Amino acid sequence: MNMQTNILVEARELTKIYGKTLAVNQMNLVIPRGKIIGLLGPNGNGKTTLIKMMAGLLTPTSGSILIHGYPPGVASKSRISYLPERTYLQHGTKVCDIIHFFEDFYEDFSTKKAREMLDALQVPLDARLKTLSKGTKEKVQLILVMSRDADLFILDEPIAGVDPAARDYILKTILSNYNPAASILLSTHLITDIENILDEVIFIQNGQVLAQMTVEQIREEHGQSVDAYFRRIFAC
Amino acid sequence: MAWTLDSDKPLYTQLMEIIQMRIISGYYQSGERLPSVRELAAEASVNPNTMQKALVELERSGLIITQRTSGRIITEDKELIHQTRKQLAEGHIQYFLQHMEELGFSRKEILSHIQTFTEGDG
Repeated sequence: MNMQTNILVEARELTKIYGKTLAVNQMNLVIPRGKIIGLLGPNGNGKTTLIKMMAGLLTPTSGSILIHGYPPGVASKSRISYLPERTYLQHGTKVCDIIHFFEDFYEDFSTKKAREMLDALQVPLDARLKTLSKGTKEKVQLILVMSRDADLFILDEPIAGVDPAARDYILKTILSNYNPAASILLSTHLITDIENILDEVIFIQNGQVLAQMTVEQIREEHGQSVDAYFRRIFAC
Repeated sequence: MAWTLDSDKPLYTQLMEIIQMRIISGYYQSGERLPSVRELAAEASVNPNTMQKALVELERSGLIITQRTSGRIITEDKELIHQTRKQLAEGHIQYFLQHMEELGFSRKEILSHIQTFTEGDG
């Protein structure tokens, strides 16, 4: 694996078709190292499908997606830390068992880091997931995902449905764990809440990249927030 | 000095202004070590690269100095801080005068208004 390259992910003519539905349509995309990038777009435009192909959970119908220059596989999965939109963790599991699971599964997982953050949140390690509030559950899962030393963190809707205080906590956790050699790809439709932490935004529409630009570029050239710009370009 | 940011203007210039104010007001003391980029970014809830850009720009003005061993410190040049403060004050006065003149006040009227206002206030 070439660690010198600045390209983490490259999609070429990437396509995914479910039955008759074209979810991702000949998409071209590059994700560089060292950036926090927002993957933005209305629901049902292919964000999660794209993410699942990066994470190696879905196979492209045609075209290619390369992680560090290789198709998704065991090697790429060990370097990508992925927070899915819906949890795969069992509700009856205790927090400490999930920590063990991450320890066993990921070489780059830091138990110390995870425990420190869970302590600060005052989450008891013997608590079962189902006894925690929705906001705390989201926080716990984010802590686990951010406690890895990965090259690419993919967070699918990390702030959906949590209260503003939990959202602030999540954003601060992302920022304080951010490693400048890694990149974070964050999918959301709640742009206002997150635009200050982003370097770049990728707008997705109908399974294609509508635009990829820096946040400061949008503000300087258009004198608008990313949210206002987004509403303008997606207005029907 | 809270990190209050407008969403329709570039962030790094706003971050520069806030840090500059913090230096002038003495929140960050002359010669003091500045928190790391990561700490400042988390505090302001902004992207670390954006915070980095703001700090690099402030280095250009000399208010912040990078040291190889101990990160960034606030300048020990108190005259520079004083000058920056004066420049900012002049900017505020110019802005104020321009708006008052647009409202049709003469310089003389403006002065008398300020006097009445500050007396009534105190």
